[in-house]
Amino acid sequence: MEKKTSNKAWFLVIPALIMVLIAAALPMAAVVNYSVQDVFAGDRFVWVGTRWFQEVLRSPDFQASLFRSLAFSAIVLCIEVPLGLFVATRMPDKGMMSNIYIVLMAIPLLTPWLVVGFVWKVLVDVDAGLLGATFAGLGLNYDLDNVFVAWATIVLMDVWHWTSLIALLCYAGLQSIPFAYYQAAEVDGASGWAVFRYIQIPKIKHVLLIAVLLRFMDSFMIYTEPFLLTRGGPAKSTTFLSLDLVQTASIQFDLGEAGAMSIIYFLIILLVCWSLFNIMMRRNG
Amino acid sequence: MLSWMAWTWPTAFVFIGIFSAIALMAVLEVRNPGGNERDGILGLTTTRGDRLFITLLGSAYIFLAWLGIFGTPLWVPLGIAILWGGFCFWKV
Repeated sequence: MEKKTSNKAWFLVIPALIMVLIAAALPMAAVVNYSVQDVFAGDRFVWVGTRWFQEVLRSPDFQASLFRSLAFSAIVLCIEVPLGLFVATRMPDKGMMSNIYIVLMAIPLLTPWLVVGFVWKVLVDVDAGLLGATFAGLGLNYDLDNVFVAWATIVLMDVWHWTSLIALLCYAGLQSIPFAYYQAAEVDGASGWAVFRYIQIPKIKHVLLIAVLLRFMDSFMIYTEPFLLTRGGPAKSTTFLSLDLVQTASIQFDLGEAGAMSIIYFLIILLVCWSLFNIMMRRNG
Repeated sequence: MLSWMAWTWPTAFVFIGIFSAIALMAVLEVRNPGGNERDGILGLTTTRGDRLFITLLGSAYIFLAWLGIFGTPLWVPLGIAILWGGFCFWKV
């Protein structure tokens, strides 16, 4: 018998569509409108066409910020994904200890960005902070005005804050693998690496994909932590795209230029997420 | 009510074009369900909607690249974007 389908279910999607329209589509449309105009006093608009896009795309500051943001995302993904996977595979399967691990790892995730930035600012303080004072005791100067130290601190802070997200997502994925797979691997005499490569990775690929996408988007949009820790310095070396954008929109109040930057920012995120999604789905069949 | 959005006719036409294309996809889906799925030249399995998305995203990048390298006018990237759209719906 032919299965009947009904399109009435689409009506159930309407509330979600209205929410998306209000929360995302309308602000996005406003940004597009701003990007082709020069805005004076917040409410007077003069048509400038594609001038902002040309200026932003040719701006060395924008190109440098974009490169820094992409580099930052690449570095934290290269550290957090393998580390999160490693932690997830080493966590106990069940029992009291697994619950304790889950709670402990959830703590950084529950900490607001603002607090994380402030805690790390205190932590690396040479006089009062544990890390800064330890380095000072060893005769080393923990100096956030040094480009390498500033970058290393922000990367370390992000790894501390977000590796647990990947670990917990992967742990949940690993828990869903039926025990029979491991029994079959044991019968076949599979090595630990073979189990990881041919059982665990294929089984958690969707979860891992979500984790990588979430971390890419979040790390590419990082704002609060570097703002609190380094204010984009020293000499703009930690000025990521988001800091550049906020500076343009809220401090210089160039809404047109900020609109053009936002659209380029959005298109980069869209392309990278779409590419990652397709590459990972294709590679894993 | 929407004065804060600072609408202009050119941007309005862009959005009308995008939403019309999405509406057209919906009509085509109702008339011919299944999304006309196929394995394209990029090694991706795409539906009509995927091909529209790739067309729009690629077109945005074509215009941005042209603006960044050559500036205005934009007739050439418009032609390239139309060719890109044709290629996407034909081969991708």
